[in-house]
Amino acid sequence: MNATTPLLHTDQLTVGIADKTFCRGLELTLRPGERMAILGRNGAGKSTILSVLAGLRAPQGGEVRIAGSSYSALGARKSALIRGWLPQARGDAFASTVLETALVGRHPHLARWGWETAKDARIVRQALAAVDLAALEQRDIQTLSGGERQRLAIATLLAQAPQLFLLDEPIAHLDLKHQIAVLELFAGAARDCGAAVAMVLHDPALAWRFCDRALLIYGDGRCESGPTSEMLTEERLSALYQYPLQALASDGRMSFIPR
Amino acid sequence: MPTRRRATLILAALAVLALASIVLALMAGSMSVPFSEVCSALLGEPGGVAGDVVRKLRLPRALAAFACGGLLALAGALLQVLLRNPLADPYVLGISGGAGVGALTAILLGFGVAGISGSAFLGALAAMLLVFGLAHGDGSWTQTRLLLTGVIVASGCGAAVALMLSIAPDDKLRGMLFWLMGDLSQATDPQLVLIVLAAALLVCLPFARELNLLARGADMAQALGVRVSLLRRGVYVVASLATAAAVTQAGSIGFIGLIVPHLVRLAVGNDQRVLLPASVLAGGSLLVVADTLARTVIAPQQLPVGVLTALIGVPVFLFLLTRDRQRR
Repeated sequence: MNATTPLLHTDQLTVGIADKTFCRGLELTLRPGERMAILGRNGAGKSTILSVLAGLRAPQGGEVRIAGSSYSALGARKSALIRGWLPQARGDAFASTVLETALVGRHPHLARWGWETAKDARIVRQALAAVDLAALEQRDIQTLSGGERQRLAIATLLAQAPQLFLLDEPIAHLDLKHQIAVLELFAGAARDCGAAVAMVLHDPALAWRFCDRALLIYGDGRCESGPTSEMLTEERLSALYQYPLQALASDGRMSFIPR
Repeated sequence: MPTRRRATLILAALAVLALASIVLALMAGSMSVPFSEVCSALLGEPGGVAGDVVRKLRLPRALAAFACGGLLALAGALLQVLLRNPLADPYVLGISGGAGVGALTAILLGFGVAGISGSAFLGALAAMLLVFGLAHGDGSWTQTRLLLTGVIVASGCGAAVALMLSIAPDDKLRGMLFWLMGDLSQATDPQLVLIVLAAALLVCLPFARELNLLARGADMAQALGVRVSLLRRGVYVVASLATAAAVTQAGSIGFIGLIVPHLVRLAVGNDQRVLLPASVLAGGSLLVVADTLARTVIAPQQLPVGVLTALIGVPVFLFLLTRDRQRR
């Protein structure tokens, strides 16, 4: 892979469930360092499209390539070294400590009979520290709050250390401080490590601040993508959310307020 | 932090426990044999009646009990991961129900021990294929659907068993009830179950870390590089065959498959690399001890071992559960 190979590329991608189509003929390219926001109403198909991009669900048509190869050509394990996927929060069936849970992220890096090494533990502890969970290392995950759980899922993803991050509502359940911290974290991964990030967000202002591109999913099969400056406008967002929005600029940032 | 060293220590301790339980089983009984004579009998020295009792009666039965207990605990641990449900046990998918229908039919028809075992195994296999086929019908596969199909098939088998019990002649009723409650007195040849146990464990261990991921959710496991659909099918087949082998040998012994993986999980955590072999050792030991009690408590009469596994398992489990709550 050279520097110009896009980390994520879709070719004529059609995604839907049964006879409902979420996007038709979608062409996306995400290169190292790029951050893309995915916006749309509830039920518009954001999570479904993201799981197709993550190779967890087959598209109805077209193809997804990561770092130049298709998921089937790479196989599950090699794919896991390239792309990481953050699912929406869910419950845990079994008790486990925070440290053990985050160590799961190291799975694709270990051989079949391998055990986690001191280096894996170091990587995981760094990831926990990055999301402010270092002090909770030995806590049982079933006693964590919703926000702590979300940060643990993010730490697990950081421990996986992929190049392409596909995030389904990464800031759900987080307080304001941690919302910004987490978005800064992924922006830093894109800026400093050449990662590419695609994330489902519900706040156009945060999308404007932390992303350079946006994918709008209208829910009827129409999708648009482009630079945030073109996509995040009053007209487009009002049509997207089917609710009138007003754009306000202050300190060089944009915010969008429901009228 | 899971390490190989910790796993080795835990498994070594449990192996000692398993050995101790088997030695106890060889010593205790209507004729008690001292430790020194047990050792000499095992080393092949002719020891008269005591040697014969140890080698020909108690050793095969103790080994069969160990293998069955190990198989049930392994199957329970696997199904709890597969269904992501800590309440799953080897019987939840109707396998013992199918075996029960097969075995009781054979008893009603007056078959011998081999016929009963063969029929029980066929019944277990039929139930396994039925549940798999129905749950997998349209290619989708959810834990809820698998669980529901299993529960329904199991209750259908339960009704068939009750029907057979109600029409059975009195002279066969006792044998049928003992089979249903779990009974090791017919276990004279432990070779086959021991081989099945070793094979099942060897097949599972290379996938233990992937099972850890599966326990946290199928899509999450897939995103981290596990071939989920293949793994789930494999786990289903291994757990089903393990249950079928144990049930065929010893009847439906309850509680081992539910309680042992839980006990082990509470004690050593939920890392399948440790949990699976530790469950085998602990489940085997528990069934050996329970079977020894079953044939000694009110000797010369024998109790159904399934009753004793429950009587031992329930208080221990409740104790661990309250201890765990206090620790939090």
